[in-house]
Amino acid sequence: MEIVLLLFFILILAIFLGLELISKIPSTLHTPLMSGANAISGITLVGALSLDTGSNLQMILAFSAITFASINVFGGYLVTNRMLRMFKKK
Amino acid sequence: MMELDLNILQQLGYIFSAILFIYGLKMLSNESTAARGNVVSSIGMLFAVLVTVIEIVNPVLVLSAVLLGALIGSAFALKVKMTSIPEMVALFNGFGGLSSFFLAWSEFNNFSVISLIMILSFMTVLIGGITFSGSVIAFFKLSEILKGDNNFLNKASRWFLIFSILFVIIAVIQVIAGGLGYELIDLALIQKTFIALLIISLLAGLAFVLPIGGGDMPVVISLLNSFSGIAAASAGILLTNTALIVAGCLVGASGLVLTVIMAKSMNRTLYNIFFVGYESSGSSAAEIDGEIKPISAEDAYLVVEAARSILIVPGYGMAVAQAQHVVKELGDLLEENGCEVSYGIHPVAGRMPGHMNVLLAEANVSYDNLLEPKDINPTMETVDIAIVIGANDVVNPSATEEPGSPIYGMPILEVHRAKTVMVLKRSMASGFAGVQNPLFFKENSRMLFGDAKESISKLVAEFKD
Repeated sequence: MEIVLLLFFILILAIFLGLELISKIPSTLHTPLMSGANAISGITLVGALSLDTGSNLQMILAFSAITFASINVFGGYLVTNRMLRMFKKK
Repeated sequence: MMELDLNILQQLGYIFSAILFIYGLKMLSNESTAARGNVVSSIGMLFAVLVTVIEIVNPVLVLSAVLLGALIGSAFALKVKMTSIPEMVALFNGFGGLSSFFLAWSEFNNFSVISLIMILSFMTVLIGGITFSGSVIAFFKLSEILKGDNNFLNKASRWFLIFSILFVIIAVIQVIAGGLGYELIDLALIQKTFIALLIISLLAGLAFVLPIGGGDMPVVISLLNSFSGIAAASAGILLTNTALIVAGCLVGASGLVLTVIMAKSMNRTLYNIFFVGYESSGSSAAEIDGEIKPISAEDAYLVVEAARSILIVPGYGMAVAQAQHVVKELGDLLEENGCEVSYGIHPVAGRMPGHMNVLLAEANVSYDNLLEPKDINPTMETVDIAIVIGANDVVNPSATEEPGSPIYGMPILEVHRAKTVMVLKRSMASGFAGVQNPLFFKENSRMLFGDAKESISKLVAEFKD
């Protein structure tokens, strides 16, 4: 239980840090920000990689969690990159 | 001992990748470093994954799932048209939520005794499920497969949401009571409650987004973006994984900031957007004075050709017509003609935050020429012609002139104060808000009817002759 409280502490700090960081991003870049956020939300991949695969149901759940997270990671970073390259050239 | 070292290595790796995520977002605050910021963030992701796969249990399953995801994700990213980015982001919000949903479900199945930690899997499943099904509805609304407004369905949705909240409260009480050793509650009962929660969370997502109108989609996808992050952070606490917590919170905060910006730009509260919607304005629409003055492309050319300063105001209509490239071409021709051209970008123009900026960047318009309402409104009188391309509500003067209007108080681009307004529009239909626009009836307004791309192409052709 103690560790959960510690994790909540990290959570609160990360939220405040996030609010500070994001409010500095100009509105021009809000769409790439959202697709970049899609990619970062694919961090669930890290959790999904070490899921238990002991039964058929557990295997299906792990497989699905990994697949959907990877779609976000690959799709999110690639499409953001595509967009930001257009912003770069002037 | 070996086990412990591996764990420490992983934790250090997660700290490093958190630094890269944060630094990547920081670099996103400037156009010139943004592209590198994205790369930095992706290295952070790669690193987090690498330190995790060191102790992998089932390499075949993991590898095939990652490959499948990589294939689908890359296909999406490389094929999608810039005009369809809102749909793609909506769908990816949903995938993020779904991944957390499965993660928490799998983790719940490992519990062999009742524990308070179960509440975290309840929370994750709930947020993940709502994010997924809500995003699917948002996707269908954005791609205009799902339209219209059903009064019965809206009422039923509200009631279902209330029922869902009650159910969640009961579920949490069950776990707490069970965890404290109350005998009537055993693991089998909690497992049944959990299965019901899986279904209810998916239905609650439908009930949440179905009643929300198409015009409010920029707010909805921002909020669902935030939810997908919160779901990941919640899963992070469940799995005691710091990488998930930090990354999830960054995404959650990002979506939240955008949601607030969008709601402010529409002068509406979140409560109003999600639980009230626009009241249908009914009869007041008929009382607009003045008449519509259509203009032909030939006449429009003569007007535009004589102008010294022009403001182009794009809206969703430009995206639908895929007109961004011809708009840029027209802008270039006007500049060669000695005219000063700028672009007025309203924060909620289009279907997601920053949508117009991406389209104009695709067409190679320099972002120095893109102005926000607060930059351009004070000098609007000096603009010879404001060309409105498929925008409607964001230039509706009712927002400043008509206290009874549903959009009164919304900050707009005040193009009606320009010397002449030229509106490119397919028909006289009202905007997403369903509110009539008196701009079209003003003395200084001219309407150029037709598809935006065709109309502008005609102007471009006239210039070249």
